[in-house]
Amino acid sequence: MNRGEGKLSVVVDRVDTITPMIKRFSFRARDGGELPRFSGGAHVIVEMPDGEILRRNPYSLMSDPADPSRYAISVRRDEAGRGGSRFMHEKVREGMELTISMPVNMFPSDRRARKHLLLAGGIGITPFVPHILELAAAGAAFELHYNVRTREQGAYAEDLARRFGDRVHVYETDLGEGFDLDAILSDQPLGTHLYVCGPKGMITDVIGRASEFGWPGQNVHYEEFLAPQPGKPYQVELARSGITVEVASHQSLLEAIEAAGVDAPYLCRGGACGQCETAVVSCDGQILHNDHYLTDEEKASGEKIMVCVSRFEGRRLVIDR
Amino acid sequence: MLVEGIKSRPVYGVLAPQPGLSHIIVAEGEGAEAVLRMAEAAPAGFFAKSHLIFVPRGGDRPDRADGLRALGAADFQSVGSPADAAAAVATLLRDAKMGTQVYVTGTEGLIGLVVQAAETAGIDHASIHTEHRGSMARRVQCVHCKGITENVTTQPVKCSHCGLTLLVRDHYSRRIGAFQGVCIDAEEPGTAPRPEELFK
Repeated sequence: MNRGEGKLSVVVDRVDTITPMIKRFSFRARDGGELPRFSGGAHVIVEMPDGEILRRNPYSLMSDPADPSRYAISVRRDEAGRGGSRFMHEKVREGMELTISMPVNMFPSDRRARKHLLLAGGIGITPFVPHILELAAAGAAFELHYNVRTREQGAYAEDLARRFGDRVHVYETDLGEGFDLDAILSDQPLGTHLYVCGPKGMITDVIGRASEFGWPGQNVHYEEFLAPQPGKPYQVELARSGITVEVASHQSLLEAIEAAGVDAPYLCRGGACGQCETAVVSCDGQILHNDHYLTDEEKASGEKIMVCVSRFEGRRLVIDR
Repeated sequence: MLVEGIKSRPVYGVLAPQPGLSHIIVAEGEGAEAVLRMAEAAPAGFFAKSHLIFVPRGGDRPDRADGLRALGAADFQSVGSPADAAAAVATLLRDAKMGTQVYVTGTEGLIGLVVQAAETAGIDHASIHTEHRGSMARRVQCVHCKGITENVTTQPVKCSHCGLTLLVRDHYSRRIGAFQGVCIDAEEPGTAPRPEELFK
């Protein structure tokens, strides 16, 4: 397996249309070997050479962690997005070669849990598929509550319900259904860990309600990848590299740094992991902090910026890169 | 003699009312004051879903128990020892749900036993609310005979089981709920320094 710079060369093995909005892509190693093992909750960054732009988007792995011959991801088409999901839907075909990152897991299950409570909304189901396969294989107690608009749009709902029976609860929000959060949160045995993945509003509701019900932060886990937000174009000086880069309105600062040939660390590219944290040398203007990694105090201090999702507006920004 | 900066040394906080579906509050001796202080900040209805366990210390003022009883907890229980308090907590937690908060205040020995019981029931130790009040006396486990000596106030101390003279370390076991005691004069028996009262 070619692992140059922690990257994997893969071939698109299969493309399946799961719902009108969701496609599932299966990858195998280009050299036919085994892919590195991963654990439930892991994601990979898929590199998308889209004309002049090299896009890199994170996607949760959703294949069976026990099967090293394939990786699979699911991509929901986002018409309003920056183009990564449209690229995957329109350009990626079976037999195509792609470069992906090694798997990284920022959303693992806590194996000390007495029970795992999984709450999914829409495409947020993806990290839970390998979690469930792993937990079921380990004989761990789990319960999935999955909100989808319609059964037809509920990727994998039927399959999970068939395989895991009464441990899987599917709700069709178009029919006015939906999980009863208060009832679920107030009736879990001590030692339960809660995991939530889905739309931002749902994650916020679940975390807030769990806290009000006295769930300790140690037992509440969530994953939300933020897409870099577009904004006004701006310039940034890279102090260590001694160059100035232009950040276009639909480009992230990290992408601009990479396009200038400067190596910058990253893992999630979605404002969650903290790997791309960069010190601000000087700032005459406003940093638009879009991540949910830095604390409010750190954001207010203006001493750090997460270059994967945050932007700048103002006269001059110098960062330590 | 104490080595500084040992990471297992427990760090205690200050009790404050937390959101929760039910509350288990354990106080020993002077810990009653911590509960009364917490009560000042408690929202209406807080004690109606609380179970309060009190461990009086020898020579305790009788009004301490009265003060706690007056808080109107759904259940109030006075028990004879820290071990009894830990056993009561274990029983209460057996069928408890997520959203149950555990608060414990008193000596380190009591806190250690209750944290141990709560952790066994599935609560992460970091989510148990603790406040140290009263004596600094320690529960010490002799690393040689594994016997536990309670209420240790001196450094070094004689193991109440095997009689070795032990250096009491900051090295703490959450599993056992005790500090580690290591023979201080193993190389040249009889050369141990005189005990000083260090943990009053």
